[in-house]
Amino acid sequence: MEPARLFLGFLCASAALAASSLHQRPPQPEPLLLQEEEEPELGESPSGSLWPLPRSLRILPSQLRLAPARFQLVHGPGSTAGPSCALLQDAFRRYYEHIFGYSKWQNRGQRRLPAGTELLQLQVIIGSKDSECDNYPNITSDEAYQLSVTEPVAVLKAEKVWGALRGLETFSQLVYEDDYGSFLINESEITDYPRFAHRGILLDTSRHFLPLKSILTNLDAMAFNKFNVLHWHIVDDHSFPYQSVTFPELSGKGSYTYDHIYTPTDVRLVIDYARLRGIRVIPEFDSPGHTQSWGKGKKDLLTPCFNGEHQSGSYGPVNPILNTTYNFMTDLFKEISGVFPDAYIHLGGDEVDFTCWKSNPDVTEFMKQQGFGIDYAKLESYYIQKILDIVSSANKGYIVWQEVFDKGAKIKSDTIVEVWIGNLYTAELSRVTRAGFTAILAAPWYLDYISYGQDWKKYYSVEPLNFIGCEKQKKLVIGGEACLWGEFVDATNLTPRLWPRASAVGERLWSSENVTNIRDAYNRLVKHRCRMLRRGIAAEPLFVGYCDHEARGL
Amino acid sequence: MAALALLLVGLVPAGAVWPQPQLVRESLGGGRCRLSPDRFRFGYARSSAVGPGCAVLDQAFLRYWRLLRDAGPRAPEDTRPWKPLCTELLVSVATPHCDGFPDMDSVESYKLSTSEDLSLLSSESVWGALRGLETFSQLVWRDEDGTFYLNKTDIVDFPRFAHRGLLLDTSRHYLPVRAILETLDVMAYNKFNVFHWHIVDDPSFPYESAAFPELSQKGAYNPVTHVYTLNDVKLVIEYARLRGIRVISEFDTPGHTLSWGPGAPGLLTPCYAGSIPSGAHGPVNPILNTTYQFMTELFREISTVFPDFYLHLGGDEVDFSCWRSNPEIQAFMQRMGFGQDYAKLESFYIQRLLDIISSYGKGYVVWQEVFDNGVKVKPDTIIHVWRENAGPYQQEVARVTEAGYRALLSAPWYLNRISYGQDWQTAYQVEPLEFEGSPEQKELVIGGEACMWGEYVDVTNLTPRLWPRAGAIAERLWSNKTVRGLQDAYIRLADFRCTLLRRGIQAQPLFTGYCDSEYSGF
Repeated sequence: MEPARLFLGFLCASAALAASSLHQRPPQPEPLLLQEEEEPELGESPSGSLWPLPRSLRILPSQLRLAPARFQLVHGPGSTAGPSCALLQDAFRRYYEHIFGYSKWQNRGQRRLPAGTELLQLQVIIGSKDSECDNYPNITSDEAYQLSVTEPVAVLKAEKVWGALRGLETFSQLVYEDDYGSFLINESEITDYPRFAHRGILLDTSRHFLPLKSILTNLDAMAFNKFNVLHWHIVDDHSFPYQSVTFPELSGKGSYTYDHIYTPTDVRLVIDYARLRGIRVIPEFDSPGHTQSWGKGKKDLLTPCFNGEHQSGSYGPVNPILNTTYNFMTDLFKEISGVFPDAYIHLGGDEVDFTCWKSNPDVTEFMKQQGFGIDYAKLESYYIQKILDIVSSANKGYIVWQEVFDKGAKIKSDTIVEVWIGNLYTAELSRVTRAGFTAILAAPWYLDYISYGQDWKKYYSVEPLNFIGCEKQKKLVIGGEACLWGEFVDATNLTPRLWPRASAVGERLWSSENVTNIRDAYNRLVKHRCRMLRRGIAAEPLFVGYCDHEARGL
Repeated sequence: MAALALLLVGLVPAGAVWPQPQLVRESLGGGRCRLSPDRFRFGYARSSAVGPGCAVLDQAFLRYWRLLRDAGPRAPEDTRPWKPLCTELLVSVATPHCDGFPDMDSVESYKLSTSEDLSLLSSESVWGALRGLETFSQLVWRDEDGTFYLNKTDIVDFPRFAHRGLLLDTSRHYLPVRAILETLDVMAYNKFNVFHWHIVDDPSFPYESAAFPELSQKGAYNPVTHVYTLNDVKLVIEYARLRGIRVISEFDTPGHTLSWGPGAPGLLTPCYAGSIPSGAHGPVNPILNTTYQFMTELFREISTVFPDFYLHLGGDEVDFSCWRSNPEIQAFMQRMGFGQDYAKLESFYIQRLLDIISSYGKGYVVWQEVFDNGVKVKPDTIIHVWRENAGPYQQEVARVTEAGYRALLSAPWYLNRISYGQDWQTAYQVEPLEFEGSPEQKELVIGGEACMWGEYVDVTNLTPRLWPRAGAIAERLWSNKTVRGLQDAYIRLADFRCTLLRRGIQAQPLFTGYCDSEYSGF
């Protein structure tokens, strides 16, 4: 891999560093100690069980009770959203369940509580003329909210429904039960908004197929952690589960089996389920590498590899020298652009192996014609630029893995570059933002790399803006993603492997930069994990201990 | 990883078995019969010394019949009458014992021969018949049309090691009984035969004792929901028995006992900060008579509740700092002439404990420190080798067996230590007898245990973390020493993992790929 271009800082003065790093490799195992993990002492956080921690938070000692039979979630006076806003209606019902749904509270709540001690309502007030109730969330969606819990009604104010969703989650986290099973909440004042706009989870449905139910469960957990982007790495070398209407043979021949497919209805369901939770769905159709499974259903799409004079029978990346390739991509991406409403599509572009291209005499000839010499990165860029043009003409923006930038492909100024290569990612962030591109950070958050012990602390301790660059550059980092690649993950272990480890990333991307106290985080996260269990998410334990309600199921 | 990435699960031969039987002869002529799960029957051969009414086998017949029936959608009615149909498997057991518990000397060997005329499973004991039934269930395969087949096959099989164990830790996290029962199911699928129940430890005391109910009342995470009642324990033991699995309980002392303290005042050593008690407590207090009275009572109960001849007494990781701080212990050390050698105090305690256990007619397993610290133990004591970082474990196995003790190996098999990638291969490649020692010494290695300690494991992640990784150890302990090929093991294990999924077990994938029936038990 060649060094990235170095821009001499004329806008921001800073040192330009090092060449880009090598391929991903698993981290070195840490030294092992036996049965000797230090026991962190579990205590109470002054912020209770809130996760991720709100921007500003004042919790008063005064407690109010909530009676399940009386308490209501309602649209407040002056709200621009009303009962016709199905998104909020659904959210009210959901959060009522999350708050009260798991206890046997029937037949309580008949007796009146002493005046001045009961919280009767949460009023949700959308301020903006356009509540965006029927929209899809996008990169600029306003997720800010204010929550004021005082007797007798609590008020949740947000400009848009997206902020209301985040505020409802926070409100649900403020409610707790005392020893007698009463539901209590402290009077509180909260002002909250996310630090980063893009807070994503990557799921890989190619290396292993994930049943729809796994994906939906994961969207629930994402909402509990205020994540707002599902990066759906939907196809790859191993299988092509996306059922295309234009090219049904892609999944017909490229999926593991007929049973391992996402139909258009399935995809629709995921997108709608996500929207109701304020989550964007960004699909990734990675090319020109990582496309082995495409070849089965699309003749001549992949480059035939040669063994000397003869075709070897195996195939390499997408064949970049044929017009048919671009015709195919135009039609495919036209469909994808229609199916996925988000303004962005992830186009991949990582880890392109040149050996097959090098072996192919037609490709060699083409290189000569184009004057590329033997610089196959130029061929790759040639391909990528054509793809980017195709996607642009479908009015979509794009996200690419860092190699596309590293190799100097000409990309539109609003391209988002996702930084994933493990070491030296801070230098890469410097380079990408110095060149004026928007960046998403994934490198330190490859959650598929498991290790023994409390590795959530490692993810938690990452500071995304800790790289060399000026203010303007820092602003270009719009967020990050926790990635759970699928080599060793399927429906059997997805949920416990992802949660609560991804929660650490969730707080890093939502909360203030100065929220870094590991001990306080531990105390809140232990409770947050127990709460996820109660809500049906089989989140694994952080360390020794227990939850009042252990995981159901099994 | 790259090399195995190219493997295809589809290449698995029909009727692959995990763990690999000692001797398999499949008819090369392709002799095979169809099998209709609905109509198939398990039964007793006329020559069998046990028959209907033998609960172990009656229930096993039902279990394996259900596994067959649930192996997938029903096969279409076959219109090719010329294909022979297999209709039953007859089981013949030589010894007429049915109601006992499996033990260290149980004979688990069996012979299985399948053909269209007669499929026969014969064994010395019911325990061997159970192993053979499991093998039989793995021989049945289906073609693309969904038809079930059984190839004409002869198998002679027996375990390489007598003790093939799995440790679960129910103290660091409580495991619901249903999680334990499910684990016992999967153990049987893997031919494991010992459930080592590390039932109590520092963090919690979930065992509900009849003699000392305060132990769990004050030492469990929750005295109502996070405990094992006597009924729970009996259920686990009987469930295990029906699958040919022994249950060895571990009540680890004198260390790892912090959770015992609240329910047994005076049991633990008060630690001192200078001349005053600090409020903290250390290991069991070895200088008080009341300690031994307590242990006498407690282990009297335990010896009855758990029928196995062996109890695991722990004895690992005793921290001396609290004993050192305590002036009464110092005085006792002086009186006993122990000097500053606290290992002697530890030995003093352990020896008295061993005497108590012996008096109940029980044998014991102990962690290696008890041997390392020179405690005088009975010659039939089993030493459990677990330490990874105290020099190579092979040397410890050599030392233990040289001293004439039997050894149990766990050091390379701490499955709670997860890492990225296919770490089952590391566990698989261990050769338990690869240490310097005489043939007599090798004979003393009775087996091993896969350990799943509970620091980071509870019911949310137990099953996928355990399976199929523990399967690697199951094969190492059951199959012939020569069965070591990683490629072959990968193919069979990936297939076996799909079998586990089909049986409803949340076993995680080895690598990229798929199973026809994915996990759907949300």
